[in-house]
Amino acid sequence: MTFAITQARLRALLPAISLVAVLVPILCLQPATMSYFGSSLLLNLAVPIVLATLAQLAIITVNDLDLSIGPFVSLVACIGATLLVKQPWLGVLALVGCVLAYAAVGALIELRQIPSIVVTLGLAFVWSGLAIVLLPSPGGTSPEWLGTAMNYQTPWIAAPIVWSALIAVLGHLLLMRTSAGVRIRGAGGNPRAMRRFGWSLVRSKATLYGIAGLFGVLSGLSLLGLTTSADANLALRYTLLSIAAVILGGGEFAGGRVSVIGAVLGAITLTLAASFLAFLNISSDWQVGMQGAILIVVLSLRVMLQRGDHQ
Amino acid sequence: MGEIKNTPETEETGREALIRFHGIGKTFGRVRALTDINFSFLRGECVGIAGHNGAGKSTLMAVLAGVFEPTQGHIEVDGESLPGYDANAARHAGVRCVFQELSLCANLSIAENMCIVHPQLRGRGWRRRATALMREKLEEIFPGNGLSGNELVSDLTLTQRQMVEIARGFTITDTPVRLVILDEPTSSLDAHTAEQLLAFVRKAAQGGITCLLITHMLGEIQRVADRVMVMRDGSIVSVLARDNLSRKAIILAMGQHLEVDKASADQRARLQRADGPEYQWALGAGRRTKIDASRGEVIGFAGLAGQGQTEALLAIYEAATSRGAGRAKVAFVAGDRGRDGVFPVWSIAQNLDLRWLSGGMAEAGRAGAKRLPIRGLVDFAAARAVVEAWRVKIGIRGASMNAGILSLSGGNQQKVLFARALASDADLILMDDPTRGVDVGTKRDIYQLVRDEAAKGRTFIWYTTENEELTYCDRTYVFRSASVTRLLHADECTEEALLAASFEEHAA
Amino acid sequence: MSPQTSSEVRSDKEATVALAPRSGWLARLKSVQAPWAWSFAGAVLVWLAIALIFGFSIATNVAQTALVYGVFMVLVGLGQMLVITSGVGNIDLSVPSTIALAGVVSMHVMNGLNGQIVLGFAAVLGVGIAVGLANYALIRLLRIPPIIATLSSSFIIQSLAITQGRQLPPPPAALGAFAAGRLAQIPYIALAAFVLSLALALLLHRSIYGRRLSAIGQNSRAAWLAGVDVHWTRCIAYVLSSVIAAVTALLLAAVSGGASLDMGVEYMLISIAVVVIGGTLVTGGKPTIVGVWGASMFLFLTNAVLNAVGADSGVRSVVYGLLIIVVTVAAGGKALR
Repeated sequence: MTFAITQARLRALLPAISLVAVLVPILCLQPATMSYFGSSLLLNLAVPIVLATLAQLAIITVNDLDLSIGPFVSLVACIGATLLVKQPWLGVLALVGCVLAYAAVGALIELRQIPSIVVTLGLAFVWSGLAIVLLPSPGGTSPEWLGTAMNYQTPWIAAPIVWSALIAVLGHLLLMRTSAGVRIRGAGGNPRAMRRFGWSLVRSKATLYGIAGLFGVLSGLSLLGLTTSADANLALRYTLLSIAAVILGGGEFAGGRVSVIGAVLGAITLTLAASFLAFLNISSDWQVGMQGAILIVVLSLRVMLQRGDHQ
Repeated sequence: MGEIKNTPETEETGREALIRFHGIGKTFGRVRALTDINFSFLRGECVGIAGHNGAGKSTLMAVLAGVFEPTQGHIEVDGESLPGYDANAARHAGVRCVFQELSLCANLSIAENMCIVHPQLRGRGWRRRATALMREKLEEIFPGNGLSGNELVSDLTLTQRQMVEIARGFTITDTPVRLVILDEPTSSLDAHTAEQLLAFVRKAAQGGITCLLITHMLGEIQRVADRVMVMRDGSIVSVLARDNLSRKAIILAMGQHLEVDKASADQRARLQRADGPEYQWALGAGRRTKIDASRGEVIGFAGLAGQGQTEALLAIYEAATSRGAGRAKVAFVAGDRGRDGVFPVWSIAQNLDLRWLSGGMAEAGRAGAKRLPIRGLVDFAAARAVVEAWRVKIGIRGASMNAGILSLSGGNQQKVLFARALASDADLILMDDPTRGVDVGTKRDIYQLVRDEAAKGRTFIWYTTENEELTYCDRTYVFRSASVTRLLHADECTEEALLAASFEEHAA
Repeated sequence: MSPQTSSEVRSDKEATVALAPRSGWLARLKSVQAPWAWSFAGAVLVWLAIALIFGFSIATNVAQTALVYGVFMVLVGLGQMLVITSGVGNIDLSVPSTIALAGVVSMHVMNGLNGQIVLGFAAVLGVGIAVGLANYALIRLLRIPPIIATLSSSFIIQSLAITQGRQLPPPPAALGAFAAGRLAQIPYIALAAFVLSLALALLLHRSIYGRRLSAIGQNSRAAWLAGVDVHWTRCIAYVLSSVIAAVTALLLAAVSGGASLDMGVEYMLISIAVVVIGGTLVTGGKPTIVGVWGASMFLFLTNAVLNAVGADSGVRSVVYGLLIIVVTVAAGGKALR
């Protein structure tokens, strides 16, 4: 088989290409970022974003979309900053309850055949409201063990890079290589066929939404460990960011086509892009708009590549 | 009607019965799909299943595969009655099904698709086992196929996907494969691979695997079947044994209820076109497929199912609705009602007059009816008149036109879709296999409507998978692999010519 | 012979099963073909609760306030209803930022002068049309799902509003008078909303466009094959939604005495909530204007109760979210084709 520069190959390389495209200008502008501390600083918040991206990926795998991941991560951070510190067992219970709630929502979506965007939008406001109830204003503290874990210094390569790589490899093995992962992706690829062969779609969706909840919990806790205090609006931008990262990583909204490694690369790229924009001293007026612009650029790239494919 | 000899389904042939159907019936709401099916599926035989569209073949196989539960009757597996016969029970009984509607997951590789069907493929090294299983089976059925097992299904051609689907149906992990249902398996295969498949089916049957072959290709049935089950209107009308098998016998059993009008065939002599065709299209890759049509002509699209006829119709529709040279007043009659035709929230009347609103209404206004003060508003009185007129013409009785569309039977819903196209001001009507699953009476009404409208000067392009319907067409384009292999005029359009053209590899 | 027959048969089965008579009062209640009735019933119930707990005079007061402030929920809800009706997955998340931009732009254009009100109105219409077209361009040309497209564009629009949001002149006096004025006890604003509702009712139920919109909402492929220009129809829905949001901004500014950048923040969830709770099919094709009014009143009254018992914004958020989820789950979706 000759190595042809096909469109499909280009699309698979898209996350790597965009990562390089963002890294090069940064290194040119600030060569110091290549160091251990430099990269650690740049990618400081990479781990929570990577985890949130994987949560979104779990849901996109079954052709749905989760609009509540941002508020959910914020809520977890708030729970961690309040309950986990003062009443650990209650905190743990709350987190477990959240994951179960996520799974229940997934099951309901399949049972009642309702669109996920409307339900997760409602869910977003439930999470948001709960977070505000817990922490009406920014505050709280991070539990000891969390802070230590997140500030652990890995040798040679900055901690965020190491953790992200580990998460990517683990996720890839679980979703792409195991038979259970394959079956779950099948549920996204051809749900009718899966049902015909006796697989329960309700169970698949509940499992995947539960996994998303789990990743969301990990994301919120890791974020808390890094920022050491929480507030209800801490991670609202994670919703759009996670969707962008999955798409940048080669995932598609329908058909069960996702790539774990691509999504992690995409998340790192977007984290870098946010820092890059900070370097460029964009006026604060446009910082909000930049998020939208980035997503649009990412998606247009994809369309251009796809259009090339169809010709 | 000729002589039809029925073969008793006992163990005269020395074969044991794998699965027995006793009085199986299946009803969906008001629709009676299967009536009183009694049949024994014997070990190691090849059963051909023939019948017109809508005869119930698909439903029967779905019941056998455990997808539907029968509303009447019971199923016996290995001599024991099994009341809760579902998909898992079918699998345990060794039943595998290869549906025509491909059930591969396009986002997975060939080997990964194996573990969808085989829950035992898990744990260490499952991928290696799955790949080995697939390659072995593929090589066995289709030697020389060239697939490694790691390809993504979305990268395969339709033929290759069909091959993988068939091979997957025959693979064994824990439960042995004892009965395989093949639903139109050769529809996406080329002549060579179809040959390979039929040879394998014969061999498998001899090896003890029961093969059920649902197909339109009577020649295939003749070659491999030990028995042929002929279905009509939801019941088995006859079972023919191998020695009784001739194409004529099968067709006779399926019933000549279409009453192909020989007299009309004479009338459809070659139309002399004075000024050249009214419509001309160049479709497909490289614009190589050329279709033309005159006013009042009925053009047929034929060939095996899924050879690009629907795509050609859609390309014509797009050309006709775009703002270009090929613009024409066009209407479309969908064959896949749920996907392309019916608006489930609306009433019958609303489903009927939608296309008319975009053209026919203005025309009615010009014709002298009272014009509404504001353009763009619906003229309810005119709409009611049109709906009522067509209700009588297509013969929907007993239901108020304001009732929901889903309260009608499938055949009546199809009639409404016809009326939608015919009630409009369209001069060109495209039909996408619209009589699929429709009962005989409705079909007759539809044929009459088409002839009447064509006589008034409307042009029809009619894609059909029932070759008898092509006798109503002036000219027929036969499709193979998305291009036209032959153009047959009405007098040339025989079963043999159609068959030959359907399998030709190169475009005319 | 194709398995389409079996899927056709199956959809027949589901259709007729859905219509099969089920015994019991619950079934008969469910078959009431008036989805809007539930939201009105809810509104009435909440109002009765207020009257019982807080007294009749307070309840009347609340009802009157509802006609001023609750009306804004109706307005944004109507726009969102059009977009949601145009097909499953279509949603307009750019409502709050459109409100912000339109409010800010109109204040600058009018510059506090009564004579410039017409110009201000035109500017607002312009902003709405531009935003609607931009949203649809993103969806169509870049093949971005509507939810992402409108979310992304909302960020850009918000930034635009921020750049324009400094040193805003106050609204013209006449506008303020309009906002406070009443005709026979009914605020002008409520009347304006009523007129808009009538116009939309005419559009949706008596015009060809309305039939086309409902068609693409139920089955866009079938609509295309039945001669409907799917893209144009949907584009108009998005434009109408943004235009209505922009006009709402003007009215909001009039009532609040000035435009601000976070004027419309809470209206994103509200616009979706009143559509969903009001009984419009979230999968598209069946709008109900009356339902939007009923749901708006219901939500406003619920809000009033929550405020009265001292619940903070967090609790309100949770209640709204739960309402949306419960109503969507209860309504269910399309049976599988």
